[in-house]
Amino acid sequence: MSTPPKSWDMPVFAALVGLAIAGPLFVYPVFLMQVLCFALFACAFNLLVGYVGLLSFGHAMFFGFAAYIAGHLAKVGTVALPVWLPTMGKAWLTIPLSPLTPEIAILAGTLVSALLGLIVGVIAIRRQGIYFAMVTLALAQMVFFLCLQAPFTHGEDGIQAIPRAPMLGAFDVRNDFIFYYVVLAIFCAGFLLIYRTIHSPFGQVLKAIRENEARAVSLGYAVDRFKLIAFVLSATLAGLAGATKALVFQLASLTDVAWQMSGEVVLMTLVGGLGTVFGPIVGAAVILAMQTYLASFGEWVLVIQGTIFVVTVLLFRRGIVGELQGLAGRLEAKLASHSTSGAHRGPAE
Amino acid sequence: MFELIGVSPQALFGQLLLGLINGAFYALLSLGLAVIFGMMNVINFTHGAQYMMGAFCAWMLLNYAGVPYWGALVLAPIVVGSTGVLIERLFISRLYHLDHLYGLLLTFGLALVIEGVFRSQYGISGLPYGNPLPGGTNLGFMFLPWYRGWVVVVSLAVCLATWFLIEKTRLGSYLRAATERPDLVQAFGINVPRMITLTYGFGVGLAALAGVLAAPIYAIKPDIGANLIIVVFAVVVIGGMGSIMGSILTGFGLGILEGLTKVFYPEASNTVIFVVMAIVLMLRPQGLFGTPR
Repeated sequence: MSTPPKSWDMPVFAALVGLAIAGPLFVYPVFLMQVLCFALFACAFNLLVGYVGLLSFGHAMFFGFAAYIAGHLAKVGTVALPVWLPTMGKAWLTIPLSPLTPEIAILAGTLVSALLGLIVGVIAIRRQGIYFAMVTLALAQMVFFLCLQAPFTHGEDGIQAIPRAPMLGAFDVRNDFIFYYVVLAIFCAGFLLIYRTIHSPFGQVLKAIRENEARAVSLGYAVDRFKLIAFVLSATLAGLAGATKALVFQLASLTDVAWQMSGEVVLMTLVGGLGTVFGPIVGAAVILAMQTYLASFGEWVLVIQGTIFVVTVLLFRRGIVGELQGLAGRLEAKLASHSTSGAHRGPAE
Repeated sequence: MFELIGVSPQALFGQLLLGLINGAFYALLSLGLAVIFGMMNVINFTHGAQYMMGAFCAWMLLNYAGVPYWGALVLAPIVVGSTGVLIERLFISRLYHLDHLYGLLLTFGLALVIEGVFRSQYGISGLPYGNPLPGGTNLGFMFLPWYRGWVVVVSLAVCLATWFLIEKTRLGSYLRAATERPDLVQAFGINVPRMITLTYGFGVGLAALAGVLAAPIYAIKPDIGANLIIVVFAVVVIGGMGSIMGSILTGFGLGILEGLTKVFYPEASNTVIFVVMAIVLMLRPQGLFGTPR
């Protein structure tokens, strides 16, 4: 048995968290919160595409729908569900609630997203590859139209001025600096959950499915169940990111649930590095910084984004982090071949 | 009978005709996607943008060069198809050895670029295009505008011609053989890479033709393609991309179903195709005309 090579993941993560803790001293905290939300969103997306090989082109439905749910619960509270009665036709089942605190609203948005993920997952995992991408895109468009028509989302206006009530009854999260550390904690929890998942035996099976699905089936794994669990987990965390984002910007709108948002998370993950642990974080930071600085270019942002897509696919398929890892690997191999003494190296494989 | 279901015949047949026209666009676009996918194993996300380019090309030909609709009907597919040939040679051909998902991502990026360029040049408000066949006829139970009838007839004819070309001619048999075993067909002395390039150009030309047909009906806007292509993806999933005739039938069928939904339950008209897709995936994952693999 050989021991696995020493992983730099945790030291790097600790350094990143250290940077993030000091971050608001140098950078506008709302921008940092935006980066954290989208980084979590991209990490959740990457769990599916990078480790199971399922490219979802509809992840905005989880992000945006959870944002609506969290925003509505934090602002209004009252839940009205349409029900169809045999004699009366369509009626509204109303549960009167007062506006909820942010932590409950975020939790509820996340849970609803998990449920949506279960429904969509059951349908979508029946196809693989390109079809999976098309099916998720189409189902996300359906959720978009539902959000467009549902009364509680307020159509084109969206849910605006979502209040940030004191969190856990103590933290005054109206202050962006305090809320920033709450968002950072949420991000770390989500990231560590994903990290644990991909390094668990469950994660190994996911990677086996990605590499060779037929062989995983023949080894006796219930492949569809593994895919579904991974899909629901990914949807849940995307929902967590979306619900948090609704409270950061105090806004939930159609932008969050539209197909362009699904494309954006694909772009972030692709630029950062598909299937790398830190790629989605880097990708989210790079793309959001670019959007902020290029906002004055208007329509050309779309052209620039598309160009980045094309260039990345043609030239840097491994993304920023993937290319850096490749570079580090080559350097290491070079150093190893230069040092002639193999004494401190393990036995030949 | 009409009193029984509580719908006036004018409304019913009017929506049926609209559904048939939408179905014509679904059929033309999903046919192009199926032809491209069959040959290249690439899902052409740029298809919607190329449909939009077809409509804009017709508008430009009219306003910059004075070419009327009937000329644009022939010229626009050729022009846009040529840009497709260029895209295939420059970009897509570099990805054949990779996972198909990269083809999807590449064409998605290209679609964003194309849409962005048209947005920055022409805005998002929409350009008008005159109706080349004004007027219509009263069929007794409904009023049929000439142009709408023309759209249905042309797209049906083009769809059937494409089906004939691929399923019944020698060229089509080369195409189908190259889909199965490109190496073997190449060994028989057929230039398979060129055939792939021309197939892509042809598929793109079909999208552009749909765009020209749509120009006098809808306002010409940069985002018309993006919204349509998602529905067409659902159509393609429902039909399965295995058969040419399957794409045609599914396209028209779903257009009509959408029209009927507008009559009987308008709230669901945006979502009915996606609901059908979900049901088909649960019952017959390979699609109505697809083969399991």
